[in-house]
Amino acid sequence: MKRFAPTLAGLAVVLGLAALLQATIAAGWISGFVVSPPTRIVAAFAELARDDSLASAFLRTFGATFAAAALAALIGIPFGYLLYRLPLLGRAYESWIGALFSAPVVLLYPMFLVVFGRSVLVGVAMGFIVGAIPIVLKTREGFASVPPVLVAVARSFGASDRDVLHKVLLPAARPVIFTGVRLCLIYAMINVVAIEFLVNLGGLGYLVGDMYDQYDIPAMYAANVCVVLTSALFYFLSERIERWLVAR
Amino acid sequence: MTRHSSHAVLAVRVATVLAIWTAWEVVARSGLVYEGVVPSSFLVLAAMARELSDAAFYHDMAVTAQEVLVGFAAGTVCGVAVGVVLGVRRFADEAAAPYIQGLAATPKIIFLPILMLLFGVGSGSKIAMGGLSAFFPVVVATVDGMKGVNPVLVRVARSFNASSWQIIRKIYLPSLVEPAIIGMRLGLGVAIIGVLLAEIKFSRAGLGHVAIQYYNFFHVADMYAVLLITFALAVAANALMGMAGNRLIRRR
Repeated sequence: MKRFAPTLAGLAVVLGLAALLQATIAAGWISGFVVSPPTRIVAAFAELARDDSLASAFLRTFGATFAAAALAALIGIPFGYLLYRLPLLGRAYESWIGALFSAPVVLLYPMFLVVFGRSVLVGVAMGFIVGAIPIVLKTREGFASVPPVLVAVARSFGASDRDVLHKVLLPAARPVIFTGVRLCLIYAMINVVAIEFLVNLGGLGYLVGDMYDQYDIPAMYAANVCVVLTSALFYFLSERIERWLVAR
Repeated sequence: MTRHSSHAVLAVRVATVLAIWTAWEVVARSGLVYEGVVPSSFLVLAAMARELSDAAFYHDMAVTAQEVLVGFAAGTVCGVAVGVVLGVRRFADEAAAPYIQGLAATPKIIFLPILMLLFGVGSGSKIAMGGLSAFFPVVVATVDGMKGVNPVLVRVARSFNASSWQIIRKIYLPSLVEPAIIGMRLGLGVAIIGVLLAEIKFSRAGLGHVAIQYYNFFHVADMYAVLLITFALAVAANALMGMAGNRLIRRR
């Protein structure tokens, strides 16, 4: 019981704030057109879920996020390995990639809009670029942190490059690489949803903008809650997987 | 094998830039893609020069800079304040952590419609967007910093009957400078992104507005020029913040 006390307290505060909001709106202190009463948001949520616009939006966003993340892993991990194997390239590019990590790459999305048109590819491309950066950095870091003596022992037993990679480097670097994959998933999702919202491309981000354009304010709040829940789910699920991978 | 002169690294970098530039020009001139999509880099450079010598551009730059700075300052102040409270009250921190972490991983731009309802469609909603974006990295870093404070110091202060406020001022705040700066670095980056995306989505002024207007009229070279200048400014602002932070940390 004691273990769950903070969780319960947090839940109680959230429910209490919702009740307070409901009361202030009912009393007319806050306009119901600006902030929807929580009961109406819940009702709108149920409605969105019923006419399966929610389910299809979910699937679109998930599909685009996983496509972007898979592409980022497929290209980012070999590229990280290349930077590890060729230290000259590693030294030349690592600080550039590090700078890109904190740079507002998403601002360049109109360039992809010009190239791909208004298509789901814009979101996938942005998710891929933003997601590949942590994978490349973490892959190189992971390989570089493998004790050289492990590689030397494998080599002294006549292991080929391929053997060293599969039997020594990858298993030893796996937790660090997964940290990169996890960051990739989170950043890819953030960028996919943001692009959906900005370009009206369908998916969860579009749902928010669409409800606002229709001036269905309760449904807009409900769609916002959906995005928050999905992002939080992504965050905690990937954290679990990471912990499990490290513990193994 | 492991030792390379910095000349070799520089050579690789110059070669990379030249290769990308050449590839861009080849694509631009090949006629493989519709010519408007990939304009010659010289057209983009000319457009950059045109923008930089235009007074209107600096007006939009000032609008964006103001929105970023005000939003960033508000987000930082709120983030540090909430972080300090959560850091002192461990129970509250454990209760709030899932909500803060979950919201931190959410794309903030989807709150723009709510912010426009609350703060209007003008600069107010952009400032709020910047503040909301900056808040989360700052609060997370501040709570982390508070947790890093040696509990012995706090116990000693308590045994001397120090009040909560005294403990915050004399023990927590001095050790908060470094984590707060780390949070502010991340916060400035996301505040810039938040403000510019909000301008791109819906606004009448600012660099994001300029870029998306060029897109709407299909002035692609001008759009690339504005995006590249904006990108460079954002990277420069981040670098400046990083340098200022490092100096502050080193001076202590």
